[in-house]
Amino acid sequence: MKNLDKHIVLKTENLSVGYETKKQQTVVVPDVNIAIEKGKFIGLLGKNGIGKSTLLRTLSKVQEPLKGTIFINQKNIHEYSHKELATSLSLVLTERLPESQLSVFELVALGRQPYTNWIDTLSEQDLEKVNWAIEQTQIEQLKKKRFYELSDGQLQRVLIARALAQDTEIIILDEPTAHLDIHHTIKIFSLLKKLAETTQKTIIISTHEVNLAIQLTDKLILLSDNKVYSGTSKELIKQDAFSSLFPSELINFNARLEQFVIHKNN
Amino acid sequence: MNVHKSYTKHFILLSVLLIVFLLINISLGSVLIPFQDVFLILFGDETLKDSWQTIILNFRLPKAITAILVGSGLSICGLLMQTLFRNPLAGPFVLGISSGASLGVALLILGSSLFGGIFLSFSFSNWATAVAASLGAFIVLSAVIIAAKKVRNTMSILIIGLMFGSLTSAVISVLAYFSEAEQIQQYMFWSFGSLGNLSWTELTVFGLLYGIGILATFSIIKPLNSFLLGENYAKSLGINIKKSRNIILLITSLLTGVITAFSGPIAFIGLAVPHIAKMLFSTSNHKILIPSSAIIGAIVLLICDSIAQLPASEFTLPINAITSLFGAPVVIWLLIKKKKTYV
Repeated sequence: MKNLDKHIVLKTENLSVGYETKKQQTVVVPDVNIAIEKGKFIGLLGKNGIGKSTLLRTLSKVQEPLKGTIFINQKNIHEYSHKELATSLSLVLTERLPESQLSVFELVALGRQPYTNWIDTLSEQDLEKVNWAIEQTQIEQLKKKRFYELSDGQLQRVLIARALAQDTEIIILDEPTAHLDIHHTIKIFSLLKKLAETTQKTIIISTHEVNLAIQLTDKLILLSDNKVYSGTSKELIKQDAFSSLFPSELINFNARLEQFVIHKNN
Repeated sequence: MNVHKSYTKHFILLSVLLIVFLLINISLGSVLIPFQDVFLILFGDETLKDSWQTIILNFRLPKAITAILVGSGLSICGLLMQTLFRNPLAGPFVLGISSGASLGVALLILGSSLFGGIFLSFSFSNWATAVAASLGAFIVLSAVIIAAKKVRNTMSILIIGLMFGSLTSAVISVLAYFSEAEQIQQYMFWSFGSLGNLSWTELTVFGLLYGIGILATFSIIKPLNSFLLGENYAKSLGINIKKSRNIILLITSLLTGVITAFSGPIAFIGLAVPHIAKMLFSTSNHKILIPSSAIIGAIVLLICDSIAQLPASEFTLPINAITSLFGAPVVIWLLIKKKKTYV
């Protein structure tokens, strides 16, 4: 048992996420109990508005949980300082970057901030990590470009490189394929899968690409209206979890094809 | 942060330009002094005319140094505001800090006629204006910081700053309405801005406070760089957003307050110069932008001041008019060009 625990990098206990104002508490996702292993590629599924982003924000300490605890490497997330957390967990967000003159290289190098000195000078080791991250994401040819000159797919890879350069055990990505076509979506998915395998980093993404997630992720977390499922896609298919993902009036999950299909009579 | 380019050449060139314009600035003025003699006096030759020595050492040199401090300080403030608010049009004026300083001075000069003797006894000295301006800047900035604690959105802070600016201008207008022509004129002269009139003692105090502000600026290079990615990314990089934001606001209020106190409200430098620096160096790294904005700001204000004294005539134009004449076209040009290079 103890041996098994060692590989768990992220764990939640009775976690309930949502928003709190002075007057009331709005629970978005109640009772999340998940354990995520090292080096796995995890997909977080759920329909619009179910609370994927809220959950990811809470896991990355951007937002406080309403109840329950989060452990990163068996240590309560509350005991992490901001700086310490920055070396354990990195983010790729959906928000647009503010306008600036940042080059791709500079943007990736910003991932080294938790390690640089007070005037942000890159050491040999920092440069090595930055170049490694650029290599891993195959963006060498973009290095000198300004980030606003990039296409959505390229920018996404640059942001992934930045997270890689931050050298954390966990990388959380909020809908990294939101604006991408199917070709680039698959490219990002396979890149992330490969990175999880080769770097042994735990990669968690929220996504609407259910069919792809079923095929490419190691494990899925599925938020439905009344339950949080987690397991491999096979396990979830067995539990019939996917049927609860969307209302069934337009599409249905076909367990044999392992994907959603549109009702024939529509 | 950037390993592709070395900016050493840029900096050497700018430093040379700074020295050249410093010397030009010192050699120009209503009294014609040959360039050679200016040089000799600066390097301690005491054999030349006494009046020339006084003009150079006690008037022109302090004024040129003031120009350097004011130009660089305002440019750094503008840069900090633009990064903090992620808005290319932010500057020390926008937050209402300059207006706060103006309000302080307006209360001192215009208020003296309203409230009578209490102020009269010590008003109109440089020190009194300096204290009044600093207090005004500090009070408005404190109000902005308190408001900033309640709202998380930096855009709202920007708007709150603008509102405070309008409020203070309104109060100044009301004061002016009830004041006498003489006082209004006096206030107008202050609001034109002036780099002269500073004694060496005042300049020492100015330099000291300026130094504190600049040193503090270098301590926040890292958070400033992380802000380029937005607040959420900055947080995920381990930056304490609130603390960094407050430090930036404090530095800006200190520098703007002190500068406005000693030289009057000088427009546009803080807004325009950081853009020039960003364009020339084409980087967003604050390790480069802070020193380059400072040097360019100093050069620009030295040039503006050289123009303002209308060489070889006895007239001096208000420095604020010259900086606006220079700054407004720059801003218009930036907006028309509107390539992404301006941020």
